[in-house]
Amino acid sequence: MGQPRMNKKEDISIVLCGEAGQGVQTVERILVHVLKRSGFHVFATKEYMSRVRGGSNSTTIRVSSKRVSACVDKIDILVPFHAGAIDHVRKRISAQTMVFADPQIVPENASAVAGERVNIPFVQIAEELGGSIYLNIVAASVVLGIFLIDEGLISECIRQYFSQKGDEIIQKNLEAVRKGYEIGRDISQSGRFKAEIPPDPQVADEILLNGAEAVGFGALAAGCNFLSSYPMSPSTGVMVFLSQQMMDFDVLVEQAEDEISAINMAVGASYTGARSLVTTSGGGFALMIEGISLSGMIETPVVVHLAQRPGPATGLPTRTEQADLEMVLYAGHGEFPRIIFAPGNLEQAIMLTQKAFDLADKFQIPVLILTDQYFVDSYYNTPSLDFSQLKAERHVVKTDKDYKRYSLQSDGISPRGIPGYGEGLVGVDSDEHDQEAHITEDLELRTKMVDKRLHKMALIKEETVPPALFGPQEFKILIIGWGSTYPIIKEAMEIIGRDDLAFLHFSQIFPLHERTQPLINQAEQIIIIENNATSQLGRFLKLHTGVDIQSKILKYSGLPFSVEEIVEGVLNRIK
Amino acid sequence: MRMDANIYDMGEIDIAWCPGCGNFSILQTLKEALAELDIEPQRLVMVSGIGQAAKIPHYMRCHYFNGLHGRAIPPATAIKVANPGLTVIAESGDGDMYGEGGNHLIHAIRRNSDFTNIVHDNMVYGLTKGQASPTSQCGFKTPVQVNGVILQPFNPIALAISLDASFVARAFSGDGDRTKEILKKAIAHKGYALVDIFQPCVSFNKVNTYQWFKERIYYLEETYDPSDRIEAFQRSLEQEKLPLGIFYINPSKPAFEENVGIYREDKTPLVFRKEDRTEKLQELTETRK
Repeated sequence: MGQPRMNKKEDISIVLCGEAGQGVQTVERILVHVLKRSGFHVFATKEYMSRVRGGSNSTTIRVSSKRVSACVDKIDILVPFHAGAIDHVRKRISAQTMVFADPQIVPENASAVAGERVNIPFVQIAEELGGSIYLNIVAASVVLGIFLIDEGLISECIRQYFSQKGDEIIQKNLEAVRKGYEIGRDISQSGRFKAEIPPDPQVADEILLNGAEAVGFGALAAGCNFLSSYPMSPSTGVMVFLSQQMMDFDVLVEQAEDEISAINMAVGASYTGARSLVTTSGGGFALMIEGISLSGMIETPVVVHLAQRPGPATGLPTRTEQADLEMVLYAGHGEFPRIIFAPGNLEQAIMLTQKAFDLADKFQIPVLILTDQYFVDSYYNTPSLDFSQLKAERHVVKTDKDYKRYSLQSDGISPRGIPGYGEGLVGVDSDEHDQEAHITEDLELRTKMVDKRLHKMALIKEETVPPALFGPQEFKILIIGWGSTYPIIKEAMEIIGRDDLAFLHFSQIFPLHERTQPLINQAEQIIIIENNATSQLGRFLKLHTGVDIQSKILKYSGLPFSVEEIVEGVLNRIK
Repeated sequence: MRMDANIYDMGEIDIAWCPGCGNFSILQTLKEALAELDIEPQRLVMVSGIGQAAKIPHYMRCHYFNGLHGRAIPPATAIKVANPGLTVIAESGDGDMYGEGGNHLIHAIRRNSDFTNIVHDNMVYGLTKGQASPTSQCGFKTPVQVNGVILQPFNPIALAISLDASFVARAFSGDGDRTKEILKKAIAHKGYALVDIFQPCVSFNKVNTYQWFKERIYYLEETYDPSDRIEAFQRSLEQEKLPLGIFYINPSKPAFEENVGIYREDKTPLVFRKEDRTEKLQELTETRK
């Protein structure tokens, strides 16, 4: 077999695959960090099983000369950490894939795959260093060697990463880096695999965030100071992030006994004047629904972040889906206003989470932020944000002694007081109530109170975030997507490169922006792309625009779309 | 000058309770206890769920949060920790606190939030017209439990003591003076305080009447030591005669609000802290480079 030669100049996709507990996550973090510090655009996403040990989990890391924030199928470098890895990602392996495998882990006769193979004795090197725990760092360093990354930078990152583990562990890992790095550098210098991506020094100064952290940053920027939640994959990252900021930012984070308690605590804290957030996933949100209705009735703001995973019921706890849209659209008995955001990238997650708090406060309503497992677990570099531009707006008034919590106002917004701020008394009531918040069965007043609450919708509509249109204004074919699919569809659009094709992305689903109707009417053909089985946004758009979208690209296996899938799906559907 | 209990009066209002209901005396006793403790209406938040007892905040001049059925405890916990300067009372009936909200009760005890949890215990569901409650006695017949209740009654006092609740007491609505003294101690107690108040339901409970309670209740002796948890647990299990008074106090448990990190150094209520976060956010982004 001749020496394969590969030369990649723009975009390299690295896949690491191992059992839970083999340190795939550690490698992902170190690789992404070092590559970004070296000036490469990076994107990492993981798919993992709902277990603590064993199974087969993989991480895809894209390294590029351009900004990347989307999932791809192609694999340029595959590093299998266990024998099952090849089968786990077999469909993604092509002739363009180079597999760095240890024959002790993946026997040579087992690799009946299209890709080229380079044997590296990972196990032996790790054993010499003191055990299999070093295997992952050796493997990571092979990759870094191929990219000819500055060794000093790698050492610095290793020292930082293992700083809590003591000097001996640090030294062993540095030795692991040296061994792996040499192998990678030799591969590169021999020309078997060359990574010739030009670095961009500006990237080194950018920040690396995942979706959960972006939601957390938005919440902090909004002045969020109370979070009550019950841990549930994949939403817990937001809770962990805010817990770590608890002391620096004066955020009270409380792990509630259940989701019902979590939402009722959040609403209670908000009544007192706190800015409250709840983070959960579909099953947890289902338990919170009465609390959402409470927020609507007592006109007390609450922001809920819902990271979707496949249902029904327990579904696939660590996988991704966009199938909870209809639940949040209609969550809560009775009729009351709400806002639903679905950020598509990190910047939107920060901005819209911040906005969610302001609008919840301004209109005294529940605001929901829909993300998903793919979104919260994926991370990439993004320019540093200027937080001085994100000032939290408060809408709390000082009460006087005649204060009435639900005073009838023409715009529907009764000034919101809080206990202990002013001379007035602040009551709230989940029953239908009078202006002072006392139970009433005056049915004329009931009608007025419903009108008052619903009247806020007119003002809410004025602040709607319009859907973003990419591509030519004079399009004929319109692709529609929402939430986390944004960067994937956008990259696919660029690859397709047709001048009659545009992409409309919704980062706010409810209420819909008024531009929606004319844009939909303009299209000769519409293709809707959703990570669910029944096209929930499609149904919602039909309800509001009267247009029945026939052409759909739907995926509900539990995995996100890849750029390649979208390209193929769109090309197959264009009439 | 001593505060008058009428500071909490609402004036002429329509009260939805049945004539002769024990709720009236509990309301009056609570107002007196609060007045004697000098707690102004502007400092008090009454939190309740749903049910006849849970309407009590509507009959008092104060701040209030009348939330969902069974869910008085979570907002009470949050209100107190968001602004510890407020006196918080979570008050509802036995169905609300022990049935629908039972899980919150357990964890409120573990959390030891500094609020008083008053439960009107009439051993029946009133507002839904006479079904069994968690504290209904075995054999109690209702339109739903047609052959009589077969579930063992819930014993809130024993449960609270078993979980080392920091204050556990039982009172009787028919004895305003003693109930007031118990309530005053409960409200003044720092940490979670449960006060279960026996109360006849004149409309739907023809078994556990005023007379029935009178024949069975007695007060724990003057010499009784409420710091003895084992003794407290034993007394909580008595069934023939039903002891009243303060069963158990654990004064050494720090309250939730003292335990949470945000109040360790700065005592300013969370909701009144004003701070520009811009600089800290920029610092935090540096750690993500």
